[in-house]
Amino acid sequence: MSEDQTVTIEVDGRELQAQAGAMLIDVTDAAGINIPRFCYHKKLSVSANCRMCLVEVEKVWKPLPACATPVADGMKVFTRSPMALAAQKGTMEFLLINHPLDCPICDQGGECELQDVAVGYGSDVSRFVEGKRVVKDKDIGPLVATDLTRCIHCTRCVRFGAEIAGIRELGATGRGEHMTIGTYIEKSVDSELSGNIIDVCPVGSLTSKPFRFHARAWELVQRESIAPHDSVGSSVNVHVRRNEVMRVVPCDNEAVNECWISDRDRFSYTGLASEERLTRPMIKQKNGWMETSWHDALNQVAQGLKDVAGEQLGALVSPSATLEEMHLAQKLVTGLGSSNIDYRLRQGDFRGQESAYPWLGQSIEALETLNAALLIGSNVRKEQPILGHRLRKAAVAGANISFINPMELDMNYASSQLVNTPAGMVDDLAAVAKAQGASGDIIDSAEVGDAHKAVAEQLKTADNASVLLGNIAVAHPDYSLLCSLAAKVAETSGAKLGFLPEAANSTGARLAIRTDGLNATAMLEHPRKGYLLMGVEPAYDFYNPALATTAFDKAEFVVALTVFRSPTIEAAADVMLPISSFGETSGTYVNAEGTWQSFAGAVSPKGETRPAWKVLRVLGNMLDIDGFDQDSSVDVFNEVKETAGDRQPDNTVGDATDSERKVAAGGLTRIGDVPLYAIDPLVRRAAPLQQTKDAISASIRLNAREATRGGFAEGDRAVVVQDGNRAVLPIEIDPNVPDSCVRVPAGLAGTEMLGGQFGEVTLEKA
Amino acid sequence: MANEVCLRTLGLDRPWDIDQYRSIGGYEMLKKIFSEGITPEQIIEEVKTSSLRGRGGAGFPTGLKWSFISRNAPGQKFVVCNSDEGEPGTFKDRDILRYNPHQLVEGMIIAGFAIGATRGYNYIRGEFIEPAQRFQDAIDQAREAGFLGENIFGSGFDFDLNVHLGGGAYVCGEETALLESIEGKKGQPRYKPPFPAHFGLYGCPTIINNTESLASIPMIMEKGGQWFKDLGVENSGGTKLFSISGNINNPGVFEISMGTPFFELLEMAGGMKDGRPIKAVIPGGSSSPVIPGEQMMDLTMDYDSIQGAGSMLGSGAVIVMDDTNCMVKVLERMSYFYYEESCGQCTPCREGTGWLYRVVSRIENGQGRPEDLALLDDVTEKIAGRTICALGDAAAMPVQGMLKHFRDEFEYHIEHKRCKVGS
Amino acid sequence: MGFKNAPMSTVKPVENKESLFSAEVRAEIDKAIAQYPEEWKQSAAMPALTIVQDDNCGYLTEELMDKVAAYLDMPPIAVYEVATFYSMYELKPVGKHKVCVCTNVSCMINGSDRIVDHMENKLGIKLGETTEDGKYTLKEVECLGACGGAPMFQIGNKYYENLTPELVDSILDGLE
Ligand SMILES: Cc1cc2nc3c(=O)[nH]c(=O)nc-3n(C[C@H](O)[C@H](O)[C@H](O)COP(=O)(O)O)c2cc1C
Ligand code: SF4
Ligand code: FES
Repeated sequence: MSEDQTVTIEVDGRELQAQAGAMLIDVTDAAGINIPRFCYHKKLSVSANCRMCLVEVEKVWKPLPACATPVADGMKVFTRSPMALAAQKGTMEFLLINHPLDCPICDQGGECELQDVAVGYGSDVSRFVEGKRVVKDKDIGPLVATDLTRCIHCTRCVRFGAEIAGIRELGATGRGEHMTIGTYIEKSVDSELSGNIIDVCPVGSLTSKPFRFHARAWELVQRESIAPHDSVGSSVNVHVRRNEVMRVVPCDNEAVNECWISDRDRFSYTGLASEERLTRPMIKQKNGWMETSWHDALNQVAQGLKDVAGEQLGALVSPSATLEEMHLAQKLVTGLGSSNIDYRLRQGDFRGQESAYPWLGQSIEALETLNAALLIGSNVRKEQPILGHRLRKAAVAGANISFINPMELDMNYASSQLVNTPAGMVDDLAAVAKAQGASGDIIDSAEVGDAHKAVAEQLKTADNASVLLGNIAVAHPDYSLLCSLAAKVAETSGAKLGFLPEAANSTGARLAIRTDGLNATAMLEHPRKGYLLMGVEPAYDFYNPALATTAFDKAEFVVALTVFRSPTIEAAADVMLPISSFGETSGTYVNAEGTWQSFAGAVSPKGETRPAWKVLRVLGNMLDIDGFDQDSSVDVFNEVKETAGDRQPDNTVGDATDSERKVAAGGLTRIGDVPLYAIDPLVRRAAPLQQTKDAISASIRLNAREATRGGFAEGDRAVVVQDGNRAVLPIEIDPNVPDSCVRVPAGLAGTEMLGGQFGEVTLEKA
Repeated sequence: MANEVCLRTLGLDRPWDIDQYRSIGGYEMLKKIFSEGITPEQIIEEVKTSSLRGRGGAGFPTGLKWSFISRNAPGQKFVVCNSDEGEPGTFKDRDILRYNPHQLVEGMIIAGFAIGATRGYNYIRGEFIEPAQRFQDAIDQAREAGFLGENIFGSGFDFDLNVHLGGGAYVCGEETALLESIEGKKGQPRYKPPFPAHFGLYGCPTIINNTESLASIPMIMEKGGQWFKDLGVENSGGTKLFSISGNINNPGVFEISMGTPFFELLEMAGGMKDGRPIKAVIPGGSSSPVIPGEQMMDLTMDYDSIQGAGSMLGSGAVIVMDDTNCMVKVLERMSYFYYEESCGQCTPCREGTGWLYRVVSRIENGQGRPEDLALLDDVTEKIAGRTICALGDAAAMPVQGMLKHFRDEFEYHIEHKRCKVGS
Repeated sequence: MGFKNAPMSTVKPVENKESLFSAEVRAEIDKAIAQYPEEWKQSAAMPALTIVQDDNCGYLTEELMDKVAAYLDMPPIAVYEVATFYSMYELKPVGKHKVCVCTNVSCMINGSDRIVDHMENKLGIKLGETTEDGKYTLKEVECLGACGGAPMFQIGNKYYENLTPELVDSILDGLE
């Protein structure tokens, strides 16, 4: 059967065209003909075991499952004939005999596929008089609740784990009626995509633990939005009850997130309930913080900003701010006579050679068609989980995926990992470039090993390859070098160069923010008199938190537009203006592939908080700056569109291979990656996420050799000293960390006082 | 005619030994295939001529099955032998493993050559530890003698054979569950299509045959397909092994011509124990519907005859019951078996087998309800034909058979809350 | 999406496999592994579980299953699935002699009930239980493919057929 052959079939008297060999259910789904199903899922392999989708096919004596029956020319199908209906009703009766009939108390009630289908295919009276099966529930972690008595054994969750998450955590143990879903031994499900099993489960067997019993499906209003925690910009539906975000679920968007979302995007909303939520403007006074009115607060801010106007003002903006917010922030700063505004808060190197408008270099979908990829300084699986999933698809289909990283990653597919010190990463990349025939300053002196040759060969021979730089690369003190080396590798191998931007609007920021003044680090190294902070926490969102803290400390005036209050913001700021958070504002993000995605607020701003764009607009007015008379975020959007709408993403980077190297080999180098649940203020406050295995706490991780060398053992407390700053943290032995390195992640409580994410450190006994 | 094919070695004192097997012409056929340049196509033709039908239960023509494999497709192909022998009442393949293992080895090599497979596995039920050892010894001997391994007799044909032991799951006798089991998984049947001929073991083209089917091959090749066919009757060629058990004097395995009258088989098996009347016979393993004794006495042992009586020849496992047996109790035990052995993936089988068992058990225990028989009829209808593999049908058919022929006994149980037998 | 059958192996194989089992057990498992295609190590899951079970007084523990998983580069859950699916794997301690008595139709017709009753009385345990001294476990099993010798049971490698209470006594009493 040739794949691209079109056949004609007839379903319930309707003629349909289909690809030969396509499964019947896909054809009927496309035609809007509904066939009930439980085990079938368009993204999972066919298991054909629930037997709900049985239909009649002409000349076949028994009903066939639509999900597993390939169409053939001339096939005649009846989805509601007596034979088909009898089969469907029969299956329904079987499914219900052991299923509790207490929908009113089930968390899935109202959105249960079983309940929905039962209405159409079930009978009213149960003829099953034997006792129903009861299954003991298991604790599978802080995110997913189990109620396994409700399980209908469709195995979607098991297939999800094996095929999508890429780790087999859930299984179906036991046989026959005793088959149960679970981890067998009590163990949590740790995939960064684990929450999707909640959606995949057609019944109330796997439900959201944080959401559990908080609301009924029919009380919820659904509003579309864009997820704010990475550069994927997954489409989500925010479920709202009485102006409160009750939960977040994925919204189908084949081009971006298919039908999945990361756990981070699904559960971060729980952070909205944090006690640290700032709901009223506050002013710092001699004897502490005092709540005040917007009027007074804004007046004070306008005055404060006026006092430091000119180049003495610096603005530091979160890369997950919306395009509109960034645009107005830029205007305000310009209007105040300053050119200092930046969003690249965690970037480790600004020696130019950055591309003008960095992006993924291809569509998100295209990632899965790669035959080879080299990822530099990226833990894509945890940094941008959905992009990680796309790459995994490519890998499963046979692509060679390689990494150059300062630590070994826990992967969910086979890959080759070059693990080296931060300095060694540059050497490794240079060696790959050399193996490929490139030349240049560092390249020529690189030592090429077999692993480099292999990567070079894979990139070169693949007809569809990509070289991608991730979060760790951006924070690398020799980011410029990595960029230009990556560009060389891409160029010589014919691969696409791409960036895996960190935050929801890292890409969009380029359109709204002109970075022609001092960059983020320079603004701190050369302290300004005044700062405007938007959506950031000094201790956790900067490349060098010690530097940031000191700079803000010394400043005459700092205003923080912030969703939360926290000790570090309170220490830094003079005025805190409460802004609205995810779900409460409208705006636009530009995702990694350059798609502009606008969204509206799902709920109204909490308490007295205001969307940041409105705050900025009012400030602009109060400061008598021109161009601050927009009535809505759409007006702001139109302005951005006008100025930047035509700009095309562009990954061209210059050659910086002759730059001086900032990280030296030798000594101990810190690796200060930002763990996935430490990435931004909202995630850091999402309690369920903070209970997962991925939510590591601050520690000094080093391999056993390094530990022995320093005389440390697992669990010891030690002092890590960086630029004269000290932090006392526990030692953890981690074989994934290379020699001469200590991994002290950033963004975590306990690391506030340390210096840059990468750099020389020493360890002392505590 | 008896013991001409699979049990032809029974007269030997150490039939499992390669020398003794060779003394009656064993492995000669294999050598001849290579020395005379007999082609795979010719072998498949011969098997087709023999009209050999699969002895594992479904009775699918073996030659036809082999012809589905595109011999010249690139890549690995496999021959798999099904010695899972799990169907209650069946114990014939065990005797082949014990008393004629080399003929099975030879049959598998020929099958491998016919379809272009270089690897074979024999899936032997895990409890058959000693028979499996016999078979393993036979493999080792054959390998030593050069019948297995690379470039067999300079033919350029490689073939090697391994044993995979089951773990105690009836469903693994189902061919695709068996493949899953060899692949190191739970034995859950796969949906077909794709059939094993295209997508079998490790995703490669595979033929799966019952032990008896494969062990028949050397004789078919030696004496000709027509000879084999003529041993039996129209539509049921050859001889067949019948495992006969129950209330009889001399239970055992008998290789007899297809079409032999049942009463002759019963005679060979020593007749009814204590001369009691024959009440019922399960003719083809516990999955086949029961046939009342007197009706059975008029039937011959071949596919058409048994099918004509509303049952199946199945694996040729004949369970004979006299009048002391309560049919409700017999059905309760059989229903428990299917409930216990359902793999659990398909809804109708997972839920339905438990339901059937519970209802039958209730009737047996004097708690039946008048509406229960209609319920059983209905539940079986909802299972049969609606599952991935035939275990669902296998669970439904015995219930249907019992209710058809012995409904009164069930009604009596429900009404009087006790057994009719012996009352 | 179509049907799937790829081996479900772990991405990062466990190192130091020597420490998982004794040299003899490893040798046996390795022999099993060698029977299957290289990328299908997981095919050896069943033989490996059997080998390990035999080496551990006839039953498996979670730790042993985890070790089998590690040895074969499989996710542990895939091994649990296998171990809980097949009835010959024991997940709880069993007696020194596991008496697997068939009660299926042919055996039942030939009086397996009587054999079971006799053993239950003799050993003072029910089916599914183990004697206090840990010597015997009685296990009800499905048809073992020896109906010609009904009633029958299996102990260890051996089938015992045509059982009578007297024969049962002599068999059980004859065991060490
Ligand atoms: C539930 C079930 C159990 C089966 N058990 C066996 C078995 O134990 N032995 C066997 O040879 N075939 C068994 N079969 C039949 C096999 O699926 C398959 O048809 C057979 O092995 C093919 O070989 P044949 O064509 O030589 O008969 C079983 C089928 C089902 C549905
Ligand atoms: S838990 Fe849900 S998804 Fe998993 S098998 Fe059961 S019903 Fe299906
Ligand atoms: S949806 Fe087709 S069998 Fe489950």
